[in-house]
Amino acid sequence: MTVTADELRERTKKLLAEHGFADRLAFLRARFDAGLAWVHFPEGLGGLDAPRALQSVVDAELAAAGAPDNDPRRIGIGLGMAAPTILRFGTAEQHQRYLRPLWTGEEVWCQLFSEPGAGSDLAALGTRAVRDGDDWVVTGQKVWTSSAHTARFAILVTRSNPDVPKHQGMTYFICDMHAPGVEVRPLRQITGEAEFNEVFLTGVRIPDANRLGEVGDGWRVAQTTLMNERVAIGGHALPREGGMIGIVAKLWRDRPELRTPELHDRLLRLWVRAEGVRLAGTRLRQQLAAGSPGPEGSGMKLAFSSLNQEISGLELELLGEAGLHYDDWTMRRPDKVDFTGREAGYRYLRAKGNSIEGGTSEILRNIISERVLGLPSEPRVDKDVAWKDLPR
Amino acid sequence: MTADLLYSDVEDDLRASVRSLLTDHCEPAALLKRAESAEPYDLKLWRALAGDLGAAGLQVPEDRGGHGASAREVALVLEELGRSVAPVPFLGSAVLATNALLASGTDHELLGKLASGAATAVLAVPLSSGPGGFESTVEVADGVLTGRVGTVADASVADYLVVPAGDGLYVVESGFTVTELVSLDLTRRVADVTLSGAQGTPIATDAAAAEALTAALTAGAALLASEQLGLAEWCLEETVRYLKGRYQFGRPVGSFQALKHRLADVWLDLVSARAAARYAADCLARGDEDLPVAAAVAQALCSEVAVHAAEECVQLHAGIGMTWEHPAHLYLKRAKANQLALGTAGRHRAALATLLELPA
Ligand SMILES: Cc1cc2nc3c(=O)[nH]c(=O)nc-3n(C[C@H](O)[C@H](O)[C@H](O)COP(=O)(O)OP(=O)(O)OC[C@H]3O[C@@H](n4cnc5c(N)ncnc54)[C@H](O)[C@@H]3O)c2cc1C
Repeated sequence: MTVTADELRERTKKLLAEHGFADRLAFLRARFDAGLAWVHFPEGLGGLDAPRALQSVVDAELAAAGAPDNDPRRIGIGLGMAAPTILRFGTAEQHQRYLRPLWTGEEVWCQLFSEPGAGSDLAALGTRAVRDGDDWVVTGQKVWTSSAHTARFAILVTRSNPDVPKHQGMTYFICDMHAPGVEVRPLRQITGEAEFNEVFLTGVRIPDANRLGEVGDGWRVAQTTLMNERVAIGGHALPREGGMIGIVAKLWRDRPELRTPELHDRLLRLWVRAEGVRLAGTRLRQQLAAGSPGPEGSGMKLAFSSLNQEISGLELELLGEAGLHYDDWTMRRPDKVDFTGREAGYRYLRAKGNSIEGGTSEILRNIISERVLGLPSEPRVDKDVAWKDLPR
Repeated sequence: MTADLLYSDVEDDLRASVRSLLTDHCEPAALLKRAESAEPYDLKLWRALAGDLGAAGLQVPEDRGGHGASAREVALVLEELGRSVAPVPFLGSAVLATNALLASGTDHELLGKLASGAATAVLAVPLSSGPGGFESTVEVADGVLTGRVGTVADASVADYLVVPAGDGLYVVESGFTVTELVSLDLTRRVADVTLSGAQGTPIATDAAAAEALTAALTAGAALLASEQLGLAEWCLEETVRYLKGRYQFGRPVGSFQALKHRLADVWLDLVSARAAARYAADCLARGDEDLPVAAAVAQALCSEVAVHAAEECVQLHAGIGMTWEHPAHLYLKRAKANQLALGTAGRHRAALATLLELPA
């Protein structure tokens, strides 16, 4: 039996009646325990086995009451990627241990996937994991790791067998970021701050109990993470002008002296595209709710990233003289990406990462053309070769 | 109420019947032969579609001779007609003339005749007319209409005209001549209509007439987006099919990334176009006050997406795409003509500037 929207509304009202907001964490824990954290998760793990789309009913009710939220922007990797992977491949003990503090934000997660030699070609990674009794000993280097400096845990993909073709010899772990041998170094980026890091793993011991999925099956587990990463990005319901286009539209309305015919034309073109993408996101969520996820999901991130880049570029041009300023080049280590809390120059620079993080636009186009349109893949030279024999 | 952007089961069934009818009648070779014949419209297909399937009366209430469905179903039929560039007067009769009659609130018997497919009518305006700012070229005195209207879509097979003239909207049954023009779009013809002392029956006057005309053109724009969507879908699917089977340099050309990425972009355009077209049709069906924005967004997006898809279709088919035998040109011609129809993308964006308070 599935939960209806009305029942969820009732349960949310009950939660609100029984818990105040004074202790933010206590409220978030109670919300998790009531199954109102992510309603599509199983009972006992923060959900009620309800359709994913009904989360909006709960969120609307809580927002109206001014309830604290778990600041999804700060814990996005945990929510969007670690959680669905743990749910699908984790053991009962792992579910109990990790999901609740992940959701409340008590424990922040990061993603130790990319390496200096393995970016788009993630399956080429070389961080070694060698079995030693009940533990694995992990050595290697990861890079571009967002939030590694605040993270308590990481999802980690390693090479456990170099003698087989690259996709077959990988194993997936949960890594304790406080374990001996884990070293995090800030990597300053285009915006001046250091949101991502280099992570050095030197003889880090990971108990076998922290493995997710079978030995050698890490690629399949990682696929789940990556798919969820892309869906998570297109997942939020936005009102009209809810995204970056709203910032520029407001600027246009407030500052008539900035207007030129050429910028007007570009603004309207981008407005139309943004509205089209917004409606496509709504349509995608309606499809998911009806239980038939369409291939649109993989395209949403692609559409969002190019829109964000063009709109933030337009914003700077519109600002003219003021567009020549920058708000702050200080090297800082932020704990979230804050598009609206910073100025136009930051938005322009940070948006450049949207078409790189979580799979580049080129890789996403490959996915769409091959998996959605069914076009043939490029001839491959790396498929039947042992990882250790690949050129790199 | 929130918009439903999906297709219902009923709509899926309707799609299946329309598609199977069109598959039988719109085989490319036959389409081409017909386009060059003395009978460019397929009236047998039109009777089957309008009469047997009831497609012409979907938007008309049951008590006025129709099927009491909604603009959503009309949009769906248009998607299928776009996919097959079918030479039938659906846009002129079942969309533009029918919406003008519906919006005028008249109980003229013509509505029932159009709904059943017993008669065909057109709205006597140039196909390029967008919603708003229309100036009639027809004069009226004591119910007698005189004047000329250029480039009216589907007029060559119309039994009736719905004519904006002076300060009213009139139904005209006789006393007009139609001169076929050589049309860019081979499967939807435009013609000049000359009225010389035609007797007109007024169905709306003054503000009501102007409102009905705007409503019809807005509905037309909202719905034409679905035809453009269907057309673009065909172009993408056909190009993907061709590139999988065409070998050069020892590989299917569809495995070259330069081409795959272009097709992925067409696909991505279509995802937005589909959502925008569905939203416009749904707003029209529900009488949502957001309709003017929805229609303008849908037209501004879909007309450019359709032209882009059709242009890519010709380019990626290369030599074969440039031939008269291959149907790609029929789609390009329809797509480009549609881009000019019922207001260009630029005019719809200008309309949005006003609607959204984003002035120049
Ligand atoms: C802001 C930001 C945050 C990030 N956060 C994280 C994180 O938290 N954890 C983590 O693990 N990683 C993270 N990344 C890394 C990110 O996933 C990689 O940067 C990305 O996958 C690309 O890899 P690369 O940088 O090595 O580029 P490369 O793979 O070296 O790509 C170079 C260029 O080649 C193109 N290219 C590569 N292969 C192909 C192909 N087959 N076809 C066509 N073009 C191709 C790419 O599109 C790109 O343009 C982050 C990146 C950014 C920018």
